[in-house]
Amino acid sequence: MSYRLNGKSVDRRTFLKGTAAAGATLAGAQILGAPAVHAESGVTLRYLGTAVNQSAEIAKKCKEDTGITIEYIPVTTDEVAKRIITQPNSFDMVDSEYFSLPNLVPSGNLIGMDAKKIKYSDKLATVITKGEVDGKKIGMQGTAPAKVFYLEGEHSKSFAKEPTEWITLIPTTYNADTLGMRPDLIGHKVEHWKALLDPELKGKTALINVPSIGIMDAAMAIESAGLMKYKDKGNQTKEEIDFTIETLIKAKKAGQFRAFWTDFNESVNLMASGEVVLQSMWSPAVTAVRSKGIKCAYPGLAEGYRGWASGFGLPRTTRGKKIDAAYEFVNWFLSGWAGAYLNRQGYYSAVLDTAKEYMKPYEWDFWMEGKPAAQDIHAPDGTLIEKAGAVRDGGSYVDRMGHVACWNSVMDQNEYMVKKWNEFIAA
Amino acid sequence: MAKSSTKTSYWQAAPMALVFLLFFAVPLGVILIVSFWKYTQYSISPAFIFSNYTDIFSGCFTQLPSLCTTFSTYLQTLIFCAEVWALTLAIGFTIAYFLVFEVRTTTMQVVLALLCTIPFWTSNVIRMISWIPLLGRNGLINQGLQDVGLTSHPIEWLLYSHFSVLLAFVHLNTVFMIIPILNSMARIDKSLIEAAHDAGASAWQTLWNVLIPLCKPGIAIGSIFVITVVMGDYITIGIMGGQQIASVGKVIQVQTNFLQFPLAAANAVVLLATVLVLIWALSRLVDIRKEL
Repeated sequence: MSYRLNGKSVDRRTFLKGTAAAGATLAGAQILGAPAVHAESGVTLRYLGTAVNQSAEIAKKCKEDTGITIEYIPVTTDEVAKRIITQPNSFDMVDSEYFSLPNLVPSGNLIGMDAKKIKYSDKLATVITKGEVDGKKIGMQGTAPAKVFYLEGEHSKSFAKEPTEWITLIPTTYNADTLGMRPDLIGHKVEHWKALLDPELKGKTALINVPSIGIMDAAMAIESAGLMKYKDKGNQTKEEIDFTIETLIKAKKAGQFRAFWTDFNESVNLMASGEVVLQSMWSPAVTAVRSKGIKCAYPGLAEGYRGWASGFGLPRTTRGKKIDAAYEFVNWFLSGWAGAYLNRQGYYSAVLDTAKEYMKPYEWDFWMEGKPAAQDIHAPDGTLIEKAGAVRDGGSYVDRMGHVACWNSVMDQNEYMVKKWNEFIAA
Repeated sequence: MAKSSTKTSYWQAAPMALVFLLFFAVPLGVILIVSFWKYTQYSISPAFIFSNYTDIFSGCFTQLPSLCTTFSTYLQTLIFCAEVWALTLAIGFTIAYFLVFEVRTTTMQVVLALLCTIPFWTSNVIRMISWIPLLGRNGLINQGLQDVGLTSHPIEWLLYSHFSVLLAFVHLNTVFMIIPILNSMARIDKSLIEAAHDAGASAWQTLWNVLIPLCKPGIAIGSIFVITVVMGDYITIGIMGGQQIASVGKVIQVQTNFLQFPLAAANAVVLLATVLVLIWALSRLVDIRKEL
């Protein structure tokens, strides 16, 4: 999932800088007619996204390899969508989540990415392009990336059912989310999502207060408790939403939840302080808790994972040289170095083969194969993540991504869902 | 002469007026206009419909006496407002009284008044968050109580509760009461108090019949600060309430995140109207302009 930044001021500053630059470059490009030539070095790309992939290291390496300067505009997930709709000219490329696409594509503000210009387009992970891991179908409930992967044409406002030349977003990172927990404070193994609603943990659980994600975690728990069988958790009917929210309100009134969180850091603090022992959580938050020397587990649960994925898109306002630079950047991003960097953070990269070349075999075994670490495992910034002998929670890539049950989503009844969610918070 | 001086004062007011117009009046007008627009998941389009407003209050009147989300959210916010107002007023008035009537030297008065503002040197989010390690389940207070043997289990209602929100609100807003009340009180002629005493008024009577009436403008200004801050707040309620307590601000934030701008705008207009009614009621009680 996305990170949320606290640094609003940074945000505004980059934004102001961004808009000024946008005005200037856009005007320049139009006057000159900007023929597309391959002289990308010296180009600056304003890269809108959540902080997930916006590492300074990646920008630095990219500059070295391609000469393209990356200027990050880090905002929250919701803010990314808002920017695409309201200010498509304030950035040159965007890293957005697939689940936002049903809201974004009809606006026409994103254009298709040309698969022919993407060097590794046939090597993109099948979990994203087809919803398959190792040739096996995985859960497609919710806004699965494969459902929204292709457009009918470059400027099309609707998704194509069959593969086309035009890709909505070129995947950057994806992962399988589960519940984070403090094994030392719970005292026993947790194997099902229903633990979130288990009275045994009364007053010690937390839920993410981002409706489109929180409702998925809630639905996983409700279905696991046998209270309801959803047709599609990620696209609930009004009746299903009513039942989900009603169940949540009952649990809330019984004092089940300690808190709700929206900010990545809040989830870390809740867990680290012991206020909460089981909650919706994102993988890097678990790593953050562990880096404080506190035990925090992120195991696979019987019902499977909630998947998410994000990818690069182009706004319709990007022109000329910048488009070429954007494609060059994407190709560089897929060529391995960046993928290895992300894999070492616990995410998954879009093209696995290229990333493998940049990872040491023991790293690959730990992160991807689910094997015990042959040596100490370090994050890209050098922080010790796991000691030798440790095994990744949930196991291998195939075990984790292969057991995705549903994806973050925007429902048909989105408006109704948000309204009911507010009722839940107010209850 | 008189004519040219009014002209001059208009010129002098012009920059501020312009800033207000550009950054306050115009955006507010836009919010009002957008609150009547239509929206989809990805677009808003000009229209003149009332459904954003009717959506806010849908079912609110038919399901009475049980409260709809909007009413219960507003009620919750108004309860906070009343509690915070009463507490900050009581504390603020007492502190101001102490500074004016108990502290003898002006230097000391100034020093102590400045001391009250020291917490404002850090951001209010930091002042708020600093309560968390104190109040948490494994926080200082709970550990202290358990070490002393007063309790055997951590007290849960200290954090992420109505109590913690109230505590943070009072902590953050009391100074807004202190300063204007202090200002009004410092202008009171001390001989008035003596006269009341000489005329046989008890301390209580002096307070009620002399001090409070003379402090009314300060109290009114402080009240306006506190009420407007609490009504629009969602960060304090969010952080200290563990996001389990609804606030109008949070509802608006969620709606803007889901690109439901017209709905959020309508909510903002309703909130603004509510605050204006409160302020209007307050100004009925005290004519601030006259008293200044």
